[in-house]
Amino acid sequence: MAGWTETILRVNLTEGTVKKEALDMEAAKKYLGCRGLGVYYYMKEVKPGVDPFGPENNLIFATGVLTGTMGSSTGRYEVVTRSPLNGVLAGSNSGGYWGPELKYAGYDMIIFEGQSPRPVYLNIYNGTAELCDASDLWGKNVPDTTAALLAKHDPDAKVACIGPAGENRVLFANIMNDDHRAAGRSGVGAVMGSKNLKAVVVRGTKGVKIGDKDKFLAAVRESRRLLKENAVTSGGLPAFGTNVLVNILNSVGSLPTRNFNESHFETADKVGGESLAATRMYKNKACAFCSVGCGRVAWSEGKYAGEGEGPEYESVWSFGPDCGIDDIDAVNKANFLCNELGIDTITMGSTIAAAMDLYEMGAVSREEAGHELKFGNADALVDLVEATAYRRGFGNELAEGSFRLGTKYGHPEVSMTVKKQEMPAYDPRGIQGIGLNYATSNRGGCHVRGYTISPEILGLPEKLDQQSIVEKPAWVKGFQDLTAAVDSAGMCLFTTFALGAPAIANEITGASGTEYTGDDVATAGERIYNLERLYNLKVGFTKADDTLPQRMYNDPISSGPMKGNVSRVPEMLPHYYEARGWDENGVPTPEKLEALGLQEFMAD
Amino acid sequence: MEKILITSPEKCIGCGTCELACSLAHNGECRPAIARVNVFRFAKGKNVPMMCFQCEEAACMAVCKTKALVRDEKTGVVNVDADKCIGCRMCVMACPFGNIAFDRVAKVAIKCNHCDGEPMCAEFCPTAAIEYVPADTATLNRKKEFSAKMKQALEEVK
Repeated sequence: MAGWTETILRVNLTEGTVKKEALDMEAAKKYLGCRGLGVYYYMKEVKPGVDPFGPENNLIFATGVLTGTMGSSTGRYEVVTRSPLNGVLAGSNSGGYWGPELKYAGYDMIIFEGQSPRPVYLNIYNGTAELCDASDLWGKNVPDTTAALLAKHDPDAKVACIGPAGENRVLFANIMNDDHRAAGRSGVGAVMGSKNLKAVVVRGTKGVKIGDKDKFLAAVRESRRLLKENAVTSGGLPAFGTNVLVNILNSVGSLPTRNFNESHFETADKVGGESLAATRMYKNKACAFCSVGCGRVAWSEGKYAGEGEGPEYESVWSFGPDCGIDDIDAVNKANFLCNELGIDTITMGSTIAAAMDLYEMGAVSREEAGHELKFGNADALVDLVEATAYRRGFGNELAEGSFRLGTKYGHPEVSMTVKKQEMPAYDPRGIQGIGLNYATSNRGGCHVRGYTISPEILGLPEKLDQQSIVEKPAWVKGFQDLTAAVDSAGMCLFTTFALGAPAIANEITGASGTEYTGDDVATAGERIYNLERLYNLKVGFTKADDTLPQRMYNDPISSGPMKGNVSRVPEMLPHYYEARGWDENGVPTPEKLEALGLQEFMAD
Repeated sequence: MEKILITSPEKCIGCGTCELACSLAHNGECRPAIARVNVFRFAKGKNVPMMCFQCEEAACMAVCKTKALVRDEKTGVVNVDADKCIGCRMCVMACPFGNIAFDRVAKVAIKCNHCDGEPMCAEFCPTAAIEYVPADTATLNRKKEFSAKMKQALEEVK
């Protein structure tokens, strides 16, 4: 089928072998690629519940049917593995240029099995793929590793690698590609580290075949027109990045502040996207084949001087308002350090915020923390990011994430997590739909599995009342399913501000030469979502885990436009299950699984 | 009317869509390695798209022993006559900008030909960093854009 290379690489790190295999084209058609295809292969090949750091846990890098084509923002790939942070089936999606390059080298996917006895990296040049010694790279940060590999191999190659955080199994270490883009969440970098796999270098000079050029070009022209006419994708995002949201969320009283103790940050504008663009930004930057260009090439000054890409909204929030910090240089620096060391910014900032909460209540001492760890301490923030990557001092506690940190110090309530993963930058007490999405997201606290902020705050495709709950279960389901399809096809989620399922289906149809309707795309998304759910149920998650931290139910928002509100997830949850065709315990019914073609995964 | 492709590197966001548009137009596949236009990405967000300038004194034409490189006098475009090209790659060596490449499968020199009057790189460039404009007024847009900046500066002085 066009759009695919129809070839995958299987690397056994224990044996040191690299093999080429044919891609299962039935699965490719049904699961679209990236997230869906990775989840399918993982569940077929790995038994549920393996030790995330054990040799039996596979680590999959997968591209989608549109990755590397001229579709809309099609530079994406996904890493699928079992998460060491929370035990779910992790999927971390990333942009940049690495994913397309894998396609151009002739591969749709790489499956890493086993565990290497010593540090290695995989070097791919078109048809050649070999494991190489990485002992001289071990310990190096992301930019140094990338530079060393590009100096040694083709300078036009693309590099995905881990930093010290991944090597040291920080539970929320990420995988970085093209220096600045992250497969960020759920600790996929720690799994890579546990396999002694430092990097994957790819250079490809082949092409991706297009099934029906005329149809494809017509679809792409239409998509690009829609993206151009949309105020978010052609206005707000290129000008201010995702960080345009700081002031917006603050104005609607839903910007979590000081570890969710408040929801309004008095000096938010100092770290917002407008301030960044005006005072600390060279230029915006696009990932491969993207017309949006939300990336920031930026710097920081003074004692926090540095240079890099970002920060994007979630990172600004976690290091800024959530830690009570309004110093743009400290926030930028913490973000640059995370990229260099290979750390997920959301969990990092939120874990430091939880530690600050513990400190303020007297549960952590100055001696333990090594800092006067009050909210607002920017020096502590920057120092603790680095300490975490190397598991130095108190950093060794932070490296376990806020759930384990709170439990250890006797206050699990400070951990702002769902299924042990930190919630991002939208207060679920102020915005009801996103709370339901957090509670039911297959990877735990996460906004990009069902971004209902689009209708609830931005009014796209239509405006919903942020506090209403009646229509939210259906919207959450719809967004979760569409997102699963978009993630899987290899497109960026941000295209969905302007594109719906029919536009996406047209791009896939043109690229693959196989007919997909909007319904086919939505159904593929629902199939993928249900399959991920099945994995989580198989490893012991239950309805009781589809919930938010108690603070979201018991402590109303203390000030601002959303004052007095709490989350109403428990009221919405039964309706959500119903909308999904799941039983009252949140288990997909046999009828639903059959309708989605998931019989082979039914509970045994 | 003679038209030219003009690039404005300061507008380029480095997405590389032009490379795919080009390879799709000429080769029917998405393949940056065979594109006649390439984007080079530098530090601090600087990006530069590069394609044939259709030089008035074209070194490629001068070195070609078989007259396989022929200028279309109406459009100003230098075209490759694949039947005459013997694959010696002299033109590849002569171009001071690297803007002619060699297709190792088709065994001919390849270069930008403005897609015969409808260049897809310009059509799909999201930021108008590549524009296809009449040759005689090509620089007018840039003058206009800069004049707006001058106007603003003058207002600030007043």
